[in-house]
Amino acid sequence: MADLRTDFVGITSPNPFWLASAPPTDKAYNVVRAFKAGWGGVVWKTLGLDPHCVNVNGPRYGVVYGADRRVLGLNNIELITDRPLDVNLREIKQVKRDWPDRAMVVSLMVPCDEESWRTILPLVEETGADGIELNFGCPHGMSERGMGSAVGQVPEYIEMVTRWCKQHSRMPVIVKLTPNITDIRYPARAAKAGGADAVSLINTVTSITSVNLDTFSPEPSIDGKGTHGGYCGPAVKPIALNMVAQIARDPETAGLPISGIGGVTTWRDAAEFIALGAGTVQVCTAAMTYGFRVVQEMTAGLSLWMDEQGHPDLAAIRGRAVPNVTDWQRLNLNYVTKARIDQDLCIKCGRCYAACEDTSHQAINMSPDRVFEVIDAECVACNLCVDVCPVENCITMERLPAGAVDPRTGLTVSDEHADWTTHPNNPSRCAAE
Amino acid sequence: MRALTPGIAPSRLEESAYRAVFADAHPPMSPHEALVAADRCYFCHDAPCVAACPTAIDIPLFIRQIQAGLPEAAAKTIFDQNIFGGMCARVCPTETLCEGACVREAAEGAPVQIGLLQRYATDALMDRGTHPYRRAPDTGKRVAVVGAGPAGLACAHRLAVKGHAVTVYDARPKPGGLNEYGIAAYKTPEDFAAREVAWILGVGGVEIVAERRLGRDMTLDELRQDHDAVFLGVGLQGVNALGAKGEVLPGVRDAVDFIAELRQADDLAGLPIGRRIVVIGGGMTAIDVATQTRLLGAEDVTIVYRRGRERMGASRHEQEQAAAKGVRFKHNARPIRVVGDGAAHGVEFEYVEETADGLKGLGETFLLEADQVFKAIGQCFEPGPAPSLRLNLGKIAVDAEGRTSIPGVWAGGDCAAGGEDLTVTAVAQGRDAAESIHKTLMEA
Ligand SMILES: Cc1cc2nc3c(=O)[nH]c(=O)nc-3n(C[C@H](O)[C@H](O)[C@H](O)COP(=O)(O)OP(=O)(O)OC[C@H]3O[C@@H](n4cnc5c(N)ncnc54)[C@H](O)[C@@H]3O)c2cc1C
Ligand SMILES: Cc1cc2nc3c(=O)[nH]c(=O)nc-3n(C[C@H](O)[C@H](O)[C@H](O)COP(=O)(O)O)c2cc1C
Ligand code: SF4
Repeated sequence: MADLRTDFVGITSPNPFWLASAPPTDKAYNVVRAFKAGWGGVVWKTLGLDPHCVNVNGPRYGVVYGADRRVLGLNNIELITDRPLDVNLREIKQVKRDWPDRAMVVSLMVPCDEESWRTILPLVEETGADGIELNFGCPHGMSERGMGSAVGQVPEYIEMVTRWCKQHSRMPVIVKLTPNITDIRYPARAAKAGGADAVSLINTVTSITSVNLDTFSPEPSIDGKGTHGGYCGPAVKPIALNMVAQIARDPETAGLPISGIGGVTTWRDAAEFIALGAGTVQVCTAAMTYGFRVVQEMTAGLSLWMDEQGHPDLAAIRGRAVPNVTDWQRLNLNYVTKARIDQDLCIKCGRCYAACEDTSHQAINMSPDRVFEVIDAECVACNLCVDVCPVENCITMERLPAGAVDPRTGLTVSDEHADWTTHPNNPSRCAAE
Repeated sequence: MRALTPGIAPSRLEESAYRAVFADAHPPMSPHEALVAADRCYFCHDAPCVAACPTAIDIPLFIRQIQAGLPEAAAKTIFDQNIFGGMCARVCPTETLCEGACVREAAEGAPVQIGLLQRYATDALMDRGTHPYRRAPDTGKRVAVVGAGPAGLACAHRLAVKGHAVTVYDARPKPGGLNEYGIAAYKTPEDFAAREVAWILGVGGVEIVAERRLGRDMTLDELRQDHDAVFLGVGLQGVNALGAKGEVLPGVRDAVDFIAELRQADDLAGLPIGRRIVVIGGGMTAIDVATQTRLLGAEDVTIVYRRGRERMGASRHEQEQAAAKGVRFKHNARPIRVVGDGAAHGVEFEYVEETADGLKGLGETFLLEADQVFKAIGQCFEPGPAPSLRLNLGKIAVDAEGRTSIPGVWAGGDCAAGGEDLTVTAVAQGRDAAESIHKTLMEA
C-alpha cells in the first residue's frame, strides 16, 4: 500500500487531501463529518475580526453546467465566516483536540494593518491549530473593503502582511494567492520574501456565470442585481495547474512548498497537482457538489495508482512533471506525429471530420459509407480530432520514426532535437553550434 | 368471469378497466428526462439518423435546440420537414429508422431516444394551439388532393404554404386516413389523430370534402378539368385473399376493417371480441390487431406467420411489445382451412419450410381453436377509381418527384410504388409531390 502520509511545512496529515477554506469547513459539525469521511485535513473557513461579516440573504452561487447538468464551474459571492470569532475559535480548539492526527489550518483575513493581525494571531495560536493560511484571494465583497484579493494583487502588501504574521506567531504561514493577476510569480515571490512557509493556490477567479434573460440580471440575482463572484470547480483546474507550475519552475521560488487548489475532483487531478510540485491539495467544489464521501475515491485511487506505478510515497511523484514544463521555444520541432483512427473503435459520428474539415486542415477523408481516414499529406497533428472524438483512444497520435518522410512537408524526420531558438525563420535565433 | 364468455362477445373487461386499456404506449418525457436524453446526442456530421429518416428531419439540430432550452424551435425544425412530426414521433418504427442508425446504438446498444424527443418538441409547440406557418400570397392555382391520409394532407399543407388553394376529397367521414382509422389506439390516444389534423389545417387554404369517393362520386378526368393539378393519396383499399377454405365463415374478419371499427368505437365495451383469437399475418397490422384484442380481454391470442421470425414485417421491438402483452407467436405455418359449422371454431395450419423456390408444405398439420380469426396478410392497391394509370408492381407508377403516367397527376403514400408503407414515407412523398406540383404550376 502506497504511503499517503503527508508532512507539509511541519503539518502532518494521513493523506494529502484537505478541504479548502469554504462552506465545507465553516463549522465543527461539517469538519467532524469530513474527518469521519476520511479527509486528511481542513483549512477552516476564513476568520475575521468581530463584528463578523454578514452574507446576502438570497442566492450566493451561480453555476456552469456540462452535459447532464454536471457542475463544471461554480461561482460564489459568499464572504468570510459570518459567525462570531470566539465561536469559531472554540470549535477549532475542540476539533483539533478530538482529531489530533488531522491537519487543522486556520484561514485568516483581517484589515491590512499590523494591529489587526497582532490581535488575531495569538487567539488562533491558543486553539492549538497547526498553521494559518492568509486569505489574499477572495475576489468579491472583501476586496471592496481593502482585504482579500485587494491585498493579493499588490506584492508589497503580501510581503508586509506575511512578515507581520511570521513576527507575531510561531505557526507556519501559508499564503493563499489570487489568480486575478497577470503574473503569478510576483505575488509568490513576495510571499517568499515575507517569510512564508508555503503558498496555496488558486483562490477563485473573478466571474459572472450567466445573465437571466427574463430579468436581465446577472446570476446569482439579488433583487434584480448581481455582482461578480469567484469561480471555481473543474473549469478552473487548467488555470490552477499552470500557476502552480509557474511557481514551481521559477528559480526565485523553486522549492517553496505549494498547496494546490482548483478543480480537484478525482485522484487523478490530485496526482497532477502533486506532479507539478504540490505537497497537498485542497478541495472545495467537488465536496460541495457530491458531499464528503468523494474523498474515498480520491485516496483509494491515488493509492492504487501509486502501487501500480511502484511509487512508494508522495515524495516519489512530487514535482516529477516540473522539469518537463518548458517554454514554447524549447519544444522539439522534429517531433512529427499523425492522427490515427482505429476503425474498430470508430462509431462513425463524423465529428473528427466536421472539426478538421471546417476548422482545421481538411486532413480527414470521409467515404460514402462513412469510413473516416486521415490524409497524412494534410495532417498537421493539431490533435483536434482526438479531442472531439467521443470514444476514448479511438483517435490517437502516432509519431513518425526518424528517417520517415512526412508526406505533408516532404521532409525526412530527424531524431535530433530542433526548436525555435535555432529555426531559420526566427530573426533572433542563436547560431547553431 | 367475463373473460371466459365463449364466442365473440362484448364487455370482456370490467367496466372500469376500459379507460386505461389503451393508455399511452410510450408516455411523454418530462422536461428533465428530455434534457438528460438530449445531452446524449453527439451532433454527428452528416448524421446517419437523418439519412435514415424518410423525411430527413435535421435530428441533431432539433436535439441541440432542446438542449438549448427551446423545444418550440426544435419543433419548427421538425415540422419544416415533416408536418406530421407529432404522429411520426408516436408511430414510426424508430428502431429500424433513425434510432437504428444512431451512432450510440453502435457504441453502446442504446440510441439517443429520438422518437420521444421528437414528441417532446412537437407537443411543446402544438400545445400552444397556434399554427407556425403562414401562407404565401394566393397564387390563383387550384389543386385537388384525393385522400386525406398522411400523404394527402402533407401534400395539401405544403401546397397551402406555397399559396395554392387545395381541396381534399376523402371517401370516409373523417380526415386522417389510417392515422384516424388504422394506427393502434395506444399509439395515438386522446384523439391525437383528429387534433393533429385540425392543427395542420390551421394553415388555412385547405378545404376538406368528406365522403366523396373517386370512381364513384367523381372521375379523375373531372378532377383534372376543374383543377390545375391532382394528387392521389388513396392508400391501399384492397385486401389480399387468404386462399384457405372456410374463409367466408362468420368470425373471420379483415383486420384493418376491425381496427377501423375499434378506432371509431365510442364505447369499447360494446365491441365484440373473441375468447380465442387467431391472427394470420406477420406485419404491423397483425401485431396491432393481436395486441389490441388481447388488451380488450381475449384469453388467447396467437399470431401465425408463414415464414420465420426474422422475416416478419413487424420489427423485433414491435414483436416484443406484443409478446409482453401476452400475444403468442407461431412461425412457419400456413392456413389450410377455417373449420366450423355456421361460425369459425378453429383454423387448421400446415407447417411449411422456406426454400429457394418458395414455401414448401411439410404435410404435418395442427389445429388452433379460434372463435375469431383475423386476416392481416396485407392490403393492395385497388386501381378501380382511376383505371387509366400506369402501374408498377401493382401500385401507381411514379417518378422521383411523384409524377404519374398522366400529365398533371401526382401520387404518393401507400398507393404509389416505392418506399415502405409507413406514415413517415407517406408524408415524405406527399411533401415532395407538393414541391414538384408547385414548381410545375409556377413554371407554367
Ligand atoms: C393497422 C395498421 C397499422 C399501422 N401502423 C403503423 C405504424 O405504427 N407506423 C407506421 O409508420 N405506419 C403504420 N401503418 C402504415 C401507415 O398507416 C400507412 O403507411 C399510411 O397511413 C399511408 O398513408 P396514405 O396517406 O398513403 O394512405 P392512408 O392513410 O390509407 O389514407 C388514404 C386515404 O384515402 C382515402 N381514400 C381511399 N380511396 C379513396 C377514393 N377512391 N376516393 C377518395 N378517398 C379515398 C381513404 O379514406 C383514406 O382516408 C399501419 C397501417 C395499418 C393498416
Ligand atoms: C462558497 C465558497 C466560499 C469560499 N470561501 C472562501 C473563504 O472564505 N476563504 C478562502 O480562502 N477561500 C474561499 N473559497 C475558495 C476555495 O477555498 C477554493 O480556493 C476554490 O473554491 C477553488 O477550489 P475548488 O475548485 O476545489 O472549489 C470559497 C469558495 C466557495 C465556493
Ligand atoms: S490532428 Fe488536426 S490536422 Fe490532423 S487529422 Fe486531426 S484534426 Fe486534422
